Amino acid sequence: MTAIALGVPRRLVEFTIDGQEARVPEGSTILDACRAAGKDVPTLCQGDTLTPKNACRVCVVEVEGSRTLVPACSRRAEPGMEVRTDTERARHSRKIVLELLASSVDLSTTPMVAGWIKEYDAKPDRFGPAAARLNEEPKIDNDLYVRDYDKCILCYKCVDACGDQWQNTFAISVSGRGFDARIAVEHDAPLTDSACVYCGNCIEVCPTGALSFKSEYDRRVAGNWDESVQTQTTTVCAYCGVGCNLTLHVQDNEIVKVTSPHDNPVTHGNLCIKGRFGYQHVQNRG
Amino acid sequence: MDLHFGDSKPTDDERAAVDALFGPPQSSWEGADRSDADLRWARGGREARDRRDLLLPGLHAINDRIGWISEGALDYLCRRLTVPPAEAYGVATFYAMFSVEPRPATVLHVCTDLACAAAGASGLCAGIESRLGVGSGVSVERSPCLGLCERAPAALAVKAGNPVRTAVSAPASVEAAVLAASAPDSAPEERPAAGAVPQAGDPSLILLNRVGVVDPSSLDDYRAHGGYTALRRAFALGPSGIIREVTDSGLLGRGGAAFPTGRKWQATASQPDHPHYLVCNADESEPGTFKDRVLMEGDPYALVEAMTVAAYAVGAHKGYLYLRGEYPRALHRMQYAVDCARARGLLGDDILGQGYAFDIEIRRGAGAYICGEETALFNSIEGYRGEPRSKPPFPVEKGLFGKPTVENNVETLVNVLPILTMGAPAYAAIGTPRSTGPKLFCVSGTVEHPGVYELPFGATLGELLALAGVRENLRAVLLGGAAGGFVRPDDLDVPLTFEGTREAGTTLGSGVVMAFDDTVPMPRLLLRIAEFFRDESCGQCVPCRVGTVRQEEALHRIVERTGADAADDIALLREVGRAMRDASICGLGQTAWNAVESAIDRLGAYE
Repeated sequence: MTAIALGVPRRLVEFTIDGQEARVPEGSTILDACRAAGKDVPTLCQGDTLTPKNACRVCVVEVEGSRTLVPACSRRAEPGMEVRTDTERARHSRKIVLELLASSVDLSTTPMVAGWIKEYDAKPDRFGPAAARLNEEPKIDNDLYVRDYDKCILCYKCVDACGDQWQNTFAISVSGRGFDARIAVEHDAPLTDSACVYCGNCIEVCPTGALSFKSEYDRRVAGNWDESVQTQTTTVCAYCGVGCNLTLHVQDNEIVKVTSPHDNPVTHGNLCIKGRFGYQHVQNRG
Repeated sequence: MDLHFGDSKPTDDERAAVDALFGPPQSSWEGADRSDADLRWARGGREARDRRDLLLPGLHAINDRIGWISEGALDYLCRRLTVPPAEAYGVATFYAMFSVEPRPATVLHVCTDLACAAAGASGLCAGIESRLGVGSGVSVERSPCLGLCERAPAALAVKAGNPVRTAVSAPASVEAAVLAASAPDSAPEERPAAGAVPQAGDPSLILLNRVGVVDPSSLDDYRAHGGYTALRRAFALGPSGIIREVTDSGLLGRGGAAFPTGRKWQATASQPDHPHYLVCNADESEPGTFKDRVLMEGDPYALVEAMTVAAYAVGAHKGYLYLRGEYPRALHRMQYAVDCARARGLLGDDILGQGYAFDIEIRRGAGAYICGEETALFNSIEGYRGEPRSKPPFPVEKGLFGKPTVENNVETLVNVLPILTMGAPAYAAIGTPRSTGPKLFCVSGTVEHPGVYELPFGATLGELLALAGVRENLRAVLLGGAAGGFVRPDDLDVPLTFEGTREAGTTLGSGVVMAFDDTVPMPRLLLRIAEFFRDESCGQCVPCRVGTVRQEEALHRIVERTGADAADDIALLREVGRAMRDASICGLGQTAWNAVESAIDRLGAYE
């Protein structure tokens, strides 16, 4: 992500991050500015193709004059703002948030988080063995993808991707509230009875692996999922004339999942059911 | 948007409940049988989606008629409003008063919150549950604060049907609560609202002066007691004149945040984007708070008039009164008052012949403390889950339906009437220089005369408690409700002002003053506060969603422990509490730890 705008020229906003002067185009978030300045601010729920929901609160920073910490992912930079990203106060909140999350859900397939837990010295075990966990069984009700809500951090990205931000199918929502809130389809039904169109765009944006390809899930269960030996090849989808880009993830000479580049100006990482899941014919070796 | 609806069909009763609200469907696109014409026309689209805000009233219509919301009923409602069923399911499961599982037609909500807990709610619950077991046709549910703290313990029975019937039993005995649940129509009449005002009839009262004096149903009686003189003065002053008066009066919002009302109004009035909206926050759900209910039940036209003045000042033509679902009597009184005012030209297209149009729509909440947070309230009205929005942008710029909105609570608005009738200088002379005017306090707990008291700002806690008849052996006083803080019996000289309580390291909050003597088990009470926040967290952000659970777990562990045994868990509570205060999205998570922290620090609860 660059903070250099390629679109219509925008005014620059001047402010400071950790005492250093920063200039970013108007409308940029504090997180954009931090990344442009080479600062590492952790975040889980922020997505490069979605409006920030600022639900995870891992990216909180201190802003001079603000009573509470502010989420860097969604707060726009304002002229004269004094931002501090790495104060004791911000680090404390990040540490606690990581502890709260890691003690309640399974973060084993969440990229980066193990490093942050170490960096912030988070100790998820200290709430004791009786600390409430989600304890959800994986929902396997179709051949395309698995919903393992024991890994869900309720970042709302799948809801936004399925809803008015990309797919406009509105098959996913949050139900219940508080600790009992869950991602669900209507009436908490199996996916096959829902409005889902199996575009898999929710898998594309899921930051924790709570949503995954059935092919990936099965390999993980069998213990032969190995990203280090996978190759990624980006090509063009052959089904229709739109020309969406597909990235084929191949392991042992077999396509194991399909993603799509987020920087593609047409699709921004979104695909339809055919592009995402319709690859079996490629490897039907009869 | 290509919506998918399942095969579930509504029953005739469910369909009738929805159609009673919206009228019969016009085409198969919104749930009627398919005709030849429907194959050629697509109706719905933007026009239908613009009615999304009717989702909450629709859910109420089904829940009121049937007692719960089935798949078929929810899908039918979604067809009528072009709302995706997954989103409607998310909304229906958000509110405590709705159920998507079958349940008996009658629900008896038994309050287990602070004042009722201190008055023996757990014994009451056990007694009721043993009388109303499985098969009784009544579902007994333990409820957060019902706002009837002056008559604790309290129970509210809701019997679904056409029409829905409700009965309040307070103070409740097992027999009275069971009677209210089994035969709401023959349950004894509720005590008049004025019964909650020990000072009723005192001519020096300003905000409560009509409660118990006027007939709350009579517009003429209201006018005979000075009603609508403030609106006439408002029209004479014009919008900017009103805002100047309100600003000069020094009025600070009474909902807990104490923001200057005049500044908020000015900021909204000056927004170029239109329309502007007025929202009255009557979602009074803070445990221990019941003043807005007493005002609405005892002097409903005052709120109608005050909302009209506020709307005129900020240039709004539509106002929403968001009233919590647990207040059936306040709802009826306010609805009747709004209807009468409209019939008499005091609401509508041409108020008092001044050419100014304004109308009020009442929206009923459905059991969610979080909907008292101003942006969560907007989401609730709009038909979304009552989750708070991220600020900025602030409501004065982008509020209800994304438009400039001013939101005030009931007590704040009612203060505007005396400001206009007595003038800003006279009003500002009441109270202290920084906390001006009269203030309502909800006194409950272990006192002789619980109720709503009106005192000028600056009276001390001891003076207020003396009025209410404090008993001996006072152990602690909770100021500001579950989101507030405890003070000790030797803090009674704290002046009840915003600045005075702040200097004393506590808060005035929404005006809750709850006294507890040494018969009240403090660790249990603190546990109840933690339970309350765990139940009421919307679940959107991690610090609040998980933090409230971890705090409750820690308090469970130390409920019988003190001193060194509790030290580890108290340290953990402090660390989690600090992150919740710093990193939660809204005030609920930010204040959830306040009361428990104050009990540890000021009362030495676990020493």
